[in-house]
Parts: sequence; C-alpha cells; structure tokens
Amino acid sequence: MDLKTLWFILITVLFIGFFFLEGFDYGVGMLLPFLGKRDEERRAILNAIGPFWDGNEVWMITAGGALFASFPQWYATLFSGFYIPLVLILLALIFRGVGFEFRSQEEGEGWRNAWDWLIWLGSLLPALLWGVAIANIVRGVPIDENMHYVGGFFNLLNPYALIGGITFVVLFLMHGATYLALKLTNGLEKQAERIANRTWVATLVMAVIFILYSFPEVFAKSQYEGLALVFIAIAVVALLVDGYFLKKGEMLKAFWAGGVTILGVTAGFFASLYPNVMPSSLNPQYSLTINNASASHTTLTVMTIVALVLVPIVLVYQGWTYYTFRQRISTKDELTY
Amino acid sequence: MDPLILARWQFAILTIIHFFFVPLTLGISIFLAILETAYVKTGKQVYRDAVKFWAKVFLINFALGVVSGIVQEFQFGLNWSEYARFMGDIFGAPLAVEALLAFYLESTFIGVWIFGWDKVSPKVHATVIWLTAIGSNLSAIWILIANSFMQHPIGYTMGENGVLMQNFGQVATNPNVLYQFPHVFFAGMSTAAFVVIGLSAYLYLQKRGDKAMLDLSVRWATIYGLIGVILVMTVGHFQGQFLVEEQPSKMAAAEALWHSEQPADFSLFAIPNEATQTNALEIKIPKFLSFLSYNDFTSKVEGIDEVQAAMETKYGPGDYIPPVGITYWSFRLMVYAGGLMLLLLLYLWYLNSKGISLDQKPGFAKALVWSILLPYLAVSTGWIMAEVGRQPWVVYGLLKTQKGVSPASVVGGGEVLFSLLSLGIVYIVLTYVGVKLVIKHLHSAPAQTPAAAD
Repeated sequence: MDLKTLWFILITVLFIGFFFLEGFDYGVGMLLPFLGKRDEERRAILNAIGPFWDGNEVWMITAGGALFASFPQWYATLFSGFYIPLVLILLALIFRGVGFEFRSQEEGEGWRNAWDWLIWLGSLLPALLWGVAIANIVRGVPIDENMHYVGGFFNLLNPYALIGGITFVVLFLMHGATYLALKLTNGLEKQAERIANRTWVATLVMAVIFILYSFPEVFAKSQYEGLALVFIAIAVVALLVDGYFLKKGEMLKAFWAGGVTILGVTAGFFASLYPNVMPSSLNPQYSLTINNASASHTTLTVMTIVALVLVPIVLVYQGWTYYTFRQRISTKDELTY
Repeated sequence: MDPLILARWQFAILTIIHFFFVPLTLGISIFLAILETAYVKTGKQVYRDAVKFWAKVFLINFALGVVSGIVQEFQFGLNWSEYARFMGDIFGAPLAVEALLAFYLESTFIGVWIFGWDKVSPKVHATVIWLTAIGSNLSAIWILIANSFMQHPIGYTMGENGVLMQNFGQVATNPNVLYQFPHVFFAGMSTAAFVVIGLSAYLYLQKRGDKAMLDLSVRWATIYGLIGVILVMTVGHFQGQFLVEEQPSKMAAAEALWHSEQPADFSLFAIPNEATQTNALEIKIPKFLSFLSYNDFTSKVEGIDEVQAAMETKYGPGDYIPPVGITYWSFRLMVYAGGLMLLLLLYLWYLNSKGISLDQKPGFAKALVWSILLPYLAVSTGWIMAEVGRQPWVVYGLLKTQKGVSPASVVGGGEVLFSLLSLGIVYIVLTYVGVKLVIKHLHSAPAQTPAAAD
C-alpha cells in the first residue's frame, strides 16, 4: 500500500475517533436542557463528560491538523470553500467549551440557563454541520480547475446534505443518550435509556433515507462501491443490534453497537470517496484526489512514523482516563462543573 | 471590501487575543506543578491551598486558550488557503505533531487533574499536572517550529506549487526556534509570575484571602518571575543578534535605522517618519546598537536603505521594508515593559528578603496590580514585532502575504467581515467575562479580619 492510501485510511480513522467520541459529547450537550430539569441534574449531565470532552475534542483538532499535513490541498479547498459552516462550527465550539468551564461558576439561574442553551446550540450546530460537510464532500461540490470551491454557501444546503446533517444529529443524540444511561443514576439513567430507544427509531428512519438517497448520489458514482457497501452493511447491522440491546436495556452493549454504527457509516462514506478526496461536480478532471492533493513522500513518511508511534500511546492514556472516571455520576456528589 | 485587508486584521486580532491566554497557561501550569510537587513532598496544606486557589484562574484562562486555539488551526484554511497550499508540505507536519504529541497530552490530563482530586493518589495527581504542563509547552515548541519556517525557511526545496519538505530534522531544529521557544517559554514564566503576584497584591489590598497562602505564592512567584524575566531578556538579546544576520529588514525597521551607520547609535525614543525617512525627537545612546548587534563598539549596522537595495537585487523591484513606526515601537514597548518588570521584581525580591509583606506597602501593591498588564503588553508587542516586522513576506523571502490569502472568488470580503466581526466580538465578550470571573473568585476569598469584612 502506498503512503497516500495509508494516509487516506489514517484520516478516516481520525474522523471515526472524532465522530465516535465527540458524537456522544455532542449528544450529551444536545440533551442537556431537556434531560436535566433541575440544576443538579444538569450538573450531573455535564460532569458525566466533564473529564473527557476536551481530550475527545482533540480528535477533531488532530483530524484537521493531519488533513493539513497529509493532504494540504484538501485542507485548503475544504476550509476556504465551506467557509460559513466552518465559522459557525468554530463559534459553536467556542461557546460550548467555555460554557462547560464557566457555567457553574455563578449561581444565578439566568446565567446558568443561558450557558446551558449555548452548550445545547454549541453541540447541535457542529453535529449538524459536520454531517452537512461530509455529505457534501462525498456527493461532490463545484470545484474549478484550480481546486477552488466555487459553489457559494447556499449550494451546501442541498437536500442530500441536510438529510446527512439531520442523520448525524439523531445518531449522536442516540449515542449521547446511551452514554448517559451508562454514566448517570438517580433515575436519570432510566430517562436517558428511554430517550435512547426513541432516538434509535429516528436514527433508523433517517439512516434508511440517507443511505437510499446515497445510492444515486454517491455509491453509484463510486469506484469502490462494493467496499463502501460492505461498511454500510456493517453499520446497518450494528444499528439493528443496537436497537435490540436498547430494548433489552443492555446499555453497554448498545453503546458499542452504536459505536460500530458510527464506524461503519464513516468508513463506508470515506471508502466511497476513494481515491478522490473532494470530487468536483463540474468536471471529474477537476476533482481533488489522493494524488493531486497530497503532501510529498518525505512529509508523509515523517507523519507515518509520528502517527504510528503516538496514536497507540494516546489510546492507552485516554483509555486510562475512562477507567479512572468509570463511576456513575450522582446528583448528590460534590460536582466540579 | 478588500478581503486581504480584512483577513490580515482578522489574523492579527484573533491571534493576539489567543496569545493573551497562551503565555499564562504555559507559565502557570508549571508553577502549579511545582507547588503541587512541594505539597506531595512536604505534605503541608498551604501548598495544596495555593494550588487550589490559583487553579481556578488557570482553568478560566485555559478554557479561553483552548477554544481560541481551535480557531487558529482552521484559520490557515479559512482565509489563507493559498498560503496553506504553498506551505502545506512544511507547515502541516509540525501542526499535526503538535496535535498528536501535545494537544492530546494536555487536554486529556487536564481533565484528570480537574476532576481527579479524590480519584487518584496525590502523587499521580501531581504527575498529571506535570503532564498537562509538558503538553502545553510541547505545543508551543511545535507551533513555533512552524512559525520559525516562516521567519527563516530551511530544510526545504522548491516544488511546482510551493515548498517541499527536504529534511524534517532541519525544519524541527531551525535555529530560529532555538531562540524563539525559550523566549516564549520564559515569557510564559514571567506572565504567570506577574498574574500571581498582581492578584495576590489585590487580595492584600482587599484584606482577603489566606495570608500564609498569599505570602507563599508571592515569594515563589517572585523567584519564578525573576528567572523568567532575566532569561527572556538574555535570550531576546541573542535572538536579536540572530535576526540582524537572518532578517535584516526586520531589525533595521525595529531600530528605525534609515541609513547604515558605523558605529551605530541605539535609539531610545523617536517618532519615525516613513515619508521623509527620518526620525523626529530622537534620543540616542552612542555606539550602543553596534554593541547590541555585534558585541563591539565599532561594527557597521546595515540601515534600511542598504537592506532595501540588497533585497531589490535579490528579489527584484518592490518595497521590502516593513512598517517602520509599528515595528520600532512594538520592539521598544516590549523591551521597556520587560525592563520595568525586572525592576519591580527586584524590588519585590528585596522586600521579601527583608521579611516585609505587601500589606505594609499598599502603594507598591497597587502598582503590582496594574503591572499585570505589563507582560501582556510585552508578549503582544513582541508578536507584533515578529509578524509585522516580517512583512511584506508571510514566508520570509519565499511568499508575500498578499499571495497567501484565499482567492476573492472563493472567500469574499463579506464572508471575511462576518467571521472577523462574529469571532472578534465573541472573543472580546468572553475575555471580559473571564476577567469578571477571576475577580469574582478573588472576592470569594474569605476576609482576613472581621473588621475588614465591613
């Protein structure tokens, strides 16, 4: 396997890590004002992701940095082209990150309420807009012969992309609710379980629509349709298994099944992209591919060594933090956030 | 509206505000790690109290640094896509290493540190703050490696569409970063010291807070700050000598030296006039610039005229001199702020050694509260000098800033204006809220005597 393909896979892996970990963080943020009725309930919800959200968010940062390093043209075209959605994501993440830290530092009800809704919006927008972005990338956008995106903002809000965005939102809601069912107590975990079951239905409906819509829009045009569909099939089976465990109340198994769903969807859509990285809807000749968008062999070699050494170490210490904070969060605990 | 001008303002404003938070994180994380280590070694409660008290300030600052840092990573794609294409092969790698090596480390362990006081043993807890501090400072190293390439490109070859990595080892050990990182590191120590000292002084004046904890904090921060300020100046001096050789256009502008001089005088004060290429109201120390640049009182220092001529020969016709007034004054403000910080710390050190507490010196304590602004002035003007002084280049000698901006057909002026205003306003509002929360934290400290509480 050549390094460009390896890096395409590594970028996929980073996005899987990002959607898996931030997926439940975003879900928790979107559930915060609804699942938490009283202040101590909301605090328990926030503390359930308190020790982890920052480390989880680094998966997004690393995906962005690795994109820059391994496929600079992809990074440049994507983020200059999808300008407004990216700025909205950044604004959302600012409010969300600061909100976690600031929210419980003042007593006032108005203050805390305002931050709770900012955290809600700060979780909803990235979930929606990353879905919109990924759907647009795989479907293809207007890119000219100089690798410049020329579609404007509203072109990004096409029905296919919006369905992709909504699918991400409900999938992450389900993932977050499942996570909270594992991390909370005092009855909140039961409520989270009910929400997980309900959002599972919504996820199934949206996933079916999105996947069927993807056949003409994406898969039929893909060079690796077979591989993509294998991953999509894995995602669908995992989602059905997820539903089975959710119904039985076996939340840990449901959580992992949801994780496999996220993995399958992400891998499936990235596989459908290969060897393109940003197909042009104007002319296939203008598409960004792993060849014309990638960094030099020297840079990819350096980056390969760095990534293969460091990613396993990161997984070990991040795993350790989940082990350290494995206990459920009670509303009666002394809460930090 | 011209997207280039807006994009430049945006990068300048957002980066300067981001860098309000960075040096404090760099310095105070290590300061807290030292205090917590002292707690683990001695078991004395006062160290733990100090860590807990300053942790709040650290975390408010850290959150603002993290969220503004995310924007930094994506700005190169948003407004500077052509820069990203030209530089991607060199710039992306250190950025990715920064994420993999440093961001994961600091962001994962800060979570353990915040939430882990009663979940892990004191030893592990102290280790965790060290890992956070190391992560933050490693992140500074890698982003400065990337910036150093822009200041002093080495380890590359020219490809068709931009620079190509030739030798990663050379890129990572760029001589520029060997000055720049220690300069930033010691600036971080100095910033942390002034924040701890200034906020402690505020508490003395308010007669609030645990006095033993404050005395300890001030004593330790004085030493910490002295080490930081003395070394940031020392490194800065050698960094200046390096720049005289490697980026003469920056240093000539920073000295407002319009014509070559031998020996060259050092300008203490001047109002540079770019139209007439002269300085008004200038105060000078004879021959001192020769000494600062070359360690003797006789050497010739190249002036703006000679540098411009040499660069025209090398790169063709054009204006190769950065804005002289801004570069000159940002340099001077940085140095003067640093000098003042050194004097304040020396006097404080003298008071400490005599056993005189700050509550006996209310006037000086007040001055220390206001002097919290000095390190922020110094780091901001330092970066303005580094970045404005590199103009018209974004990558010195290789790519002009105007060539790096995203094409107007992709990113229009309206879009840049939208992001500039929205992010700018949010940064300013949140910075204000952060400062308010710090002040509230200070006021939540218990009053020292019942009488003072009235």
